[in-house]
Amino acid sequence: MTALAPPPARSAAPAPAPERGARARLGRLFQHGGWFVAPFLVFYGLFLLWPLVSGLWYSLNETNLAGINTEFIGLGNYREALGDDQLWDSLGNTLKFTAMITPLIVVVAFFLALLAHSIKRGKWFWRLAFFAPFLLPSAVLADLWRWLYEPDFGLINNAIDRRVPWLLEGDWAMFSMVLATLWWTVGFSFLLYLAALQSIPGHLYEAAALDGAGPWRRMRHITVPMVRNITGLIVVLQILASLQVFDQIFLINEGGPNNETRPVVQYIIQQGFTGYRIGYASALSYIVFVLIVAVTLARLWLVRNRSEGNAV
Amino acid sequence: MSERSFAVKARRNAGQIVLTAIGALLAALWLVPFGWALSTSFKPEGDTQLLPLKWIQSNMNLDAYRSVLGTGDIPKWLVNSVIVSTGVTALTLAVSALAAYGFARTDFRYRKALFGLTLAGIMVPGTVITAPLFANVRTMGLVDTYWGVILPQVSAPAMVFILYKFFQGVPRELEEAARIDGAGRWRVFLGIVLPLSRPVLAAVGIFTFIGSWNNFMWPYLVTTDPDLATLPVGLATVQSSFGIRWAQLMAGALLAALPLLIVFVFFQRQIVRGVAHTGIAGQ
Repeated sequence: MTALAPPPARSAAPAPAPERGARARLGRLFQHGGWFVAPFLVFYGLFLLWPLVSGLWYSLNETNLAGINTEFIGLGNYREALGDDQLWDSLGNTLKFTAMITPLIVVVAFFLALLAHSIKRGKWFWRLAFFAPFLLPSAVLADLWRWLYEPDFGLINNAIDRRVPWLLEGDWAMFSMVLATLWWTVGFSFLLYLAALQSIPGHLYEAAALDGAGPWRRMRHITVPMVRNITGLIVVLQILASLQVFDQIFLINEGGPNNETRPVVQYIIQQGFTGYRIGYASALSYIVFVLIVAVTLARLWLVRNRSEGNAV
Repeated sequence: MSERSFAVKARRNAGQIVLTAIGALLAALWLVPFGWALSTSFKPEGDTQLLPLKWIQSNMNLDAYRSVLGTGDIPKWLVNSVIVSTGVTALTLAVSALAAYGFARTDFRYRKALFGLTLAGIMVPGTVITAPLFANVRTMGLVDTYWGVILPQVSAPAMVFILYKFFQGVPRELEEAARIDGAGRWRVFLGIVLPLSRPVLAAVGIFTFIGSWNNFMWPYLVTTDPDLATLPVGLATVQSSFGIRWAQLMAGALLAALPLLIVFVFFQRQIVRGVAHTGIAGQ
C-alpha cells in the first residue's frame, strides 16, 4: 500500500453511528469493495458450495432424485461402494485410460510443438492443423470416430487393409478411446508447450552452439529442462481431466462393449440419474473427489520438494 | 559471405525442408478425419458404404446438407447454443471481473478468507457436484429452462484467479491519479481498469465460450425438452433416429463444428495467448 491509498475499510466502518440489524451488518461486510465480490459469491455459493455440501449430506442418506423418501444411513453408501464390483471395474477403466493417455499426450504434444516451433514458415497453419480438433463438440468427435472405426466401411480399416475390431472388443475399444482422445485434446497441451518453447531465451542455444553442443545435446540440456514446469503442469491437468473422462466414451460406445470402457463418471451418472439413487451417486462422487484431491496434493508436495532440492 | 556461413545456411535450409515435410505429413494425418467427413457428407446416402472407399466420386451432391437443414433441428439447436453460450460468457465475464477486481484492489472484511475459499473451488471437479447440483437446480424449479442450463455454468473460480493475477499487474498509480481527480471506485473500474484488460478479458471470454459451446453433460442432464437442446445434445440424441445415415451425420457434424472453427480463425492470436496465459497462471 502506498501513502495515497484510501484508508482501509475497517477503520472507516464505524465512523457514523453504528447501524443495527442484519442489513447493517451485511452493509459493513461489503463496504469498500465487497459489492464487487458479492455477485460472484452468490453464484459460487448456489452452484458450487451448496452442491458440494449437500452432496456430502446426500451421500449419508438413502435417497432419490426428488429428495423424498430420504433415510439417514450414515456410512452405508460408502460401505456398499467398497463391495461394489461395478464401481471398481469402472474405476479401473478410468485409471487404465488415464495411464495410457497421459504419457501419450505429453510426448505427442511436445513433439508437435517442437516441430511447429522449429518450422519458420506458415506458423498459423501448424497451429490451426493441430489445435482445430480441440474445438469440436464431443458429439461431433464421437460421430467422426465412430465412422472412422467402422469395421467394414471405416476409413482406418480400409487404409490398413485389416479388419481390426476397433470398438467391438474390450482392449481394442479402450485403445480406440485413447487414440480418438489424443487426436481431440492434444492441441491444448501442444499450445502450452509452444508458449513455453517461445519463452526460452535464444542466447542459451547460441552459447551452447558455440561450445560445440549438437542438436541432441541442446535438446537434452536446454529444451527439456526449460519446459519442465510446463511438462509437470500438463501431466497434472491431464490426470485430473482423465479421471473425469466421460463425454467421448459415452458418446462413441456408451462405455461398451460389456461396460469394458465404462468410466467411473458414467457409472455415477447411471446410479444418480437412471437408477435415481442420488445418495449413492454422491458417495461415489466423493470417492472420486478424494482421488482427485490426492493427485493435487501429491503435485503440491512434489513441487515443494523439488524447489527445496534446488535451493540446497 | 564466407564459404563457411554459406554451408551453415545451406544445411539450415535442408533442415527446414525436412522439418516442413514431416510437419506436412503429420498435419495431413491430423486433418484426415475432417477431410473424410467432408467427403462422406457430399455422397449420396446409398454410396457411403461402397467398397472400395473413394474420396471423390462423380455423383457427389448437397442432398445430405439439404435434409439436415430441412428438418429445422440444427438451426434451432444453433440458436439455443448461441443463447446459452453468449449468456454464460457474458455473465461469467461480468461476475468474474467484478470479483477479481474486488479481491485484487479493494479491502473489506473477510477478503482474504473469501479469496482462499474461491481458490479452493478450483480443485472441485465439475463431475463431483453434478448429481447434487441437479437435485438443487430441480428444487429451484429450473429444470428445462434456459436459466437452468446457463446459471450453473457461471461460477468459474479459475477465471476469477486469472483476472485477479492480471488486475494485480495494473499500475496502481493510474487508479490513484483518477481517484485524486474524484473518480469513485466504479468509475475507476469501468473507465480505467477494464479497458486496460481487454486482452485477458478476450482470452477468458473465448475460453468460457468454447467450454460452454462444447459442454455436453450439463445441458444433457438438465433438459429433456428437445426444443431446448444445445447443438452437442441435439446431435447426440438425434444419432439414433438418423440410424446409420452417415452422409447426414457427417454433414450435421461439420455444420456443428463450423461456428467454433470460424471463431478460432478470427481469434487465433488471442486463443494462443490465452492458452499460454491460462497455463502459466495455473502454475
